[in-house]
Amino acid sequence: MAFLDTEDRASRKTVIGRMIIGLVVVIVFLIPYGTMMIGSLKTQAEILQIPPSFMPQDGLQWSNYVSMWDTPETPVPYNLISTIVISVFATLLVLLVATPAAYFTARFKFPGKMVFMFLVIVTQMLQPAVLTAGLFKQMLAWDLNDTWLAMILINAAFNLAFAVWIMHSFFAGVPRSIDEAAQIDGAGKLRVLFTINLPLVWPGIVTAVIFTFVSCWNEFAASLVILSTAENQPLSVALTKFVGQYATAWQYVFGVSIVAIVPVIVLFALIEKRLIGGLAAGAVK
Amino acid sequence: MSSPVPVKAPAGRKLRRSTDTQSFISSLPWIGPALLLILAIVVFPAGYMIYNSTRKISSVGTDLHSAGLANFSTIFADPALPRILANTFFWVVSVVLITVVISLALAQFLSKPFPGRTIVRMAVIVPWAASVVMTTTVFYYGLDPNYGIFNHFFVQIGFMDEGFGWTKNAIPAMAVSVVVAIFVSIPFTTYTLLAGLQAVPGDTLEAARMDGAGRWKTYLFVVLPQLRSALAVAVLINIINVFNNLPILKVMTGSIPGNSADTLMTYIFKVLQFDRRLDLSSALSVVNFAIVLVIVAIYVKTVKPMQEV
Repeated sequence: MAFLDTEDRASRKTVIGRMIIGLVVVIVFLIPYGTMMIGSLKTQAEILQIPPSFMPQDGLQWSNYVSMWDTPETPVPYNLISTIVISVFATLLVLLVATPAAYFTARFKFPGKMVFMFLVIVTQMLQPAVLTAGLFKQMLAWDLNDTWLAMILINAAFNLAFAVWIMHSFFAGVPRSIDEAAQIDGAGKLRVLFTINLPLVWPGIVTAVIFTFVSCWNEFAASLVILSTAENQPLSVALTKFVGQYATAWQYVFGVSIVAIVPVIVLFALIEKRLIGGLAAGAVK
Repeated sequence: MSSPVPVKAPAGRKLRRSTDTQSFISSLPWIGPALLLILAIVVFPAGYMIYNSTRKISSVGTDLHSAGLANFSTIFADPALPRILANTFFWVVSVVLITVVISLALAQFLSKPFPGRTIVRMAVIVPWAASVVMTTTVFYYGLDPNYGIFNHFFVQIGFMDEGFGWTKNAIPAMAVSVVVAIFVSIPFTTYTLLAGLQAVPGDTLEAARMDGAGRWKTYLFVVLPQLRSALAVAVLINIINVFNNLPILKVMTGSIPGNSADTLMTYIFKVLQFDRRLDLSSALSVVNFAIVLVIVAIYVKTVKPMQEV
């Protein structure tokens, strides 16, 4: 196998070899999602048929994408709304809270800055699952158990660190002299942030927003414990109710999954290039 | 701790630097909201959880009275615990090790130019963006002994005589869960290593080539050492993620009775949700949290993220 070529002098044979390996990699990584797509187009009888058939035999059941919204297992439309509301508001909260913090820590020194950044790094390494027992009791005590607000706060708090971290590195990349020139002209800090910096760091903000949104969209552990009413649960929790049943309606599980997965894959693909930069700094997990 | 006095700034920059120092009070409007959110939703529940681990709490969540360290003696006396800890160890080590080895090869491959590379890279990020619960349910369905499509495929290619109930018993269920965990961990790991590879200068490779080093030798002695910090990030973050992973085992082994397929994390959630023992679950979480903090400490020491602040 050819590797460690320092420049583009790979022979034609090598390039074709790479393309074949590349095709195998694509197939391996897409098999589960292809299976999902095909499964979502089978009838219930077909998907539970023994032995199974790889492809739908009774025609493609696009009607599953209509009937899947009304199943006895879980109120799917409510679950989708919950997922959207929690993810959108948590992401907005992160944006609102992380942007000024990232800008300020990238530009200024202040007593306690190291303590603050240390807290950010530790938070970045934690996940809601680690503290779910504490969060559950806390939300009971605060009378927020089983509410969207609880999950908005939790998702925002645990994703805040990544957003601060990645935006910090983008703000740090803007030359300080630009800020100073504006300050000499009499602009306040807030105006410098909005008119000078934000237009320059927007790729960092988009990366932070998308990554946060996808992470909130897929959150599972804390939602599982804190959201007990079926209508409040996000899709990630709701879909587990199908698993382990006597006759699981897999075609609906997969239909809903496709609807939930495709948008976030598109969003993630948009920031693919910038993730590499963030990863080099250890900012992404 | 940071001091408002800049450390060893060159003489010319001193004046400008000093104007960059702000008082703590003037920093509050900027960092205050973020600080408040972290204190209220990360630091406070951590402390509250430690406090709850020393209380006796009713099944509906009412704090009854102090329990001292009784919750801890209960969990450590639990006969299921040794198996759970052994499972956790096996789970973390096997997933992280295999993930890193596969990702090293994949990152190397994806750093080579070839037509269609972008498509391959896009395919690799899909399991990263997709919900882990949803990815896992496909594997669970595919491995069903009767109607599972993956089982059927294995029979068709002659790998097995008949469908096997992978998810019905603890050991095979753990094994297939490891495969799923590797599958969903590869994207992040590969991208981290890919980022590390981009930092390896081309001329070092050229120099090694000139000196007559073979490809494997060049990789082992030139590339791998340069990947050290990317590797540290990948390994440590994977350890934390895999250690704290709930959805994969919850879906794959959730219907197996008893604790023979539990890790610390799945056990914490069973005690919390099914036994409704908030106190015991808090005590277990404290143990889990302590392990996480040790890994975080190793991360802070080896990766040195604070240097970039």
